[in-house]
Amino acid sequence: MSLQAASIASLGVDQIRQGLAAREFSAVELAQAALEFAQTENPKTNAFLHFSPERALAAAERVDQNLRAGDDLGPLAGVPVAVKDVIVTKGVRTTCGSRLLECYVPPYDATAVTRLEQAGGVILGKTNCDEFAMGSSNENSAFGPVRNPLALDRVPGGSSGGSAAAVAQGTAVLALGSDTGGSVRQPASFCGVVGVTPTYGRVSRYGLVAFASSLDHIGPFGRSVRDAALLLQTIAGRDECDATSAFAPVPDYLAHLDGSVAGTKIGLPREYFDDATSETASLIRKGVDRLRGLGCEIREISLPATKYAVPCYYIIATAEASSNLARYDGVRYTTRSDSATLSDMYRATRGAGFGAECKRRIMLGTYVLSHGYYDAYYLKAQKVRTLIAEDFRKAFGEVDAIVTPVSPSPAFKIGEKIDDPLEMYLSDIYTITGDLAGIPCMSVPCGKTAEGLPVGMQILTRHFDESGMFRLADAFEKAGGFAG
Amino acid sequence: MKITEKEVRYVAGLANLELTGEEIARLSKDLDEILGHIDTLNALDTSNIQPMAQVLYDAEETATLREDRERSPLGNDAALANAPLAGAGYFKVPKVIER
Repeated sequence: MSLQAASIASLGVDQIRQGLAAREFSAVELAQAALEFAQTENPKTNAFLHFSPERALAAAERVDQNLRAGDDLGPLAGVPVAVKDVIVTKGVRTTCGSRLLECYVPPYDATAVTRLEQAGGVILGKTNCDEFAMGSSNENSAFGPVRNPLALDRVPGGSSGGSAAAVAQGTAVLALGSDTGGSVRQPASFCGVVGVTPTYGRVSRYGLVAFASSLDHIGPFGRSVRDAALLLQTIAGRDECDATSAFAPVPDYLAHLDGSVAGTKIGLPREYFDDATSETASLIRKGVDRLRGLGCEIREISLPATKYAVPCYYIIATAEASSNLARYDGVRYTTRSDSATLSDMYRATRGAGFGAECKRRIMLGTYVLSHGYYDAYYLKAQKVRTLIAEDFRKAFGEVDAIVTPVSPSPAFKIGEKIDDPLEMYLSDIYTITGDLAGIPCMSVPCGKTAEGLPVGMQILTRHFDESGMFRLADAFEKAGGFAG
Repeated sequence: MKITEKEVRYVAGLANLELTGEEIARLSKDLDEILGHIDTLNALDTSNIQPMAQVLYDAEETATLREDRERSPLGNDAALANAPLAGAGYFKVPKVIER
């Protein structure tokens, strides 16, 4: 195999492992070629905000040393990875897509970053996103929108738009994103790649810049289910730096990709197929037919609290965000607007630093937590969250997995929804429920519309049943989705 | 109207957020619409439902406490490296107390 541009763009983890083992290329050669390719291609999409060549080459050099010494190679040896710019990287700028952190250079690494580098991963750079991961289109980045590599006049989805776009464009083999209300699955769906939101607590949040702590997840992107599962494998597991990270042992996900899905009971929640005439719904139905063809048992189920998920989410997420974002006050994090008094300095810094969507969410979150409103909004939303989680618990008494669309529609045009925040929020309806319940969920490509826009199928399973989710997604992918 | 411009100014004060007149007008409209949508939750009787504050506990609560052992801290220089203004080992801010 040669390191030509065309082959770099379609590399998989296994191919890289084989190429290294056969000495077709060294990890440093691959890192250099991948960086050059990514830097050349990036202006088309704006997926990467900045590159980290020194760090990438140092990581690749360690892989080559292991190769020369005949040591075991890590599972991600030499694999070029992109990291969403809300995940901190020691010595490499981490902006969160915000003017406020334009010059912020973290003094430590996120646990997920440490682990993926220990596994041999090579971080090429940091990817664009909606400011502080707040958005569904990547248009809220202070550093310009990302273009969807499959349709350059359209959004890649958000908030992890840059990570999804880089994997779709081929400028990274794998990527890390973060998901609070759909920010991994929706861009994966829009860009035609695999995106995974694991069980809450499955991956340490240490070093993930906090948006809404009870909902935040780090999740992987890949061009195949197998690659995405492998990245999750390397970053998952208990971390004493995150008290909410789970103790549950991490199973060998790849061992479960055995295609044995016959007899799997799959529920289709009727609340997610309301708009049955849409092109998206009909593509998902074709995908479900393919699953039936693999021997899965399909039945209709109901998740009655679904219609309350959007208001519930936008209370909890904004309330938590308003607290988490209080720390950007001009004292510790690089950017300050000078004023004569301390309180004026706080106000001026935050007024000048945050973009429109962050301000909207800080305001909504502050409002719902303000004196006299706590019970009516935040407490109410926490109770509704119980109902949403309970819906899933009951459903998983009957079925092993739930299949739905990821988003009501495919990638929309840049600028199309930016002036209507409520409409943008409502488009998150199918993804926020999984975050509220804390269950694993993912997007797997499920064909394209007549216009050629990808549509993602969402698979949700019980807490910590990532294995069952990957097994189903992998069998579906190997069966050709239904694209063939 | 769920929220007036006066309330928006008050909440902006609580959030330490300086807003322009234009932003206040826009936010009043947006928040009014969003809060109107949030009102759909009132249709739901939640009087006997426990609030969900924590997604999962997969271990005893005390198990989340890590072992009490010495670790080297970040260090003063690293902690201050991103400060807009630092001096003598501290973050510096505009004068708070008049002499």
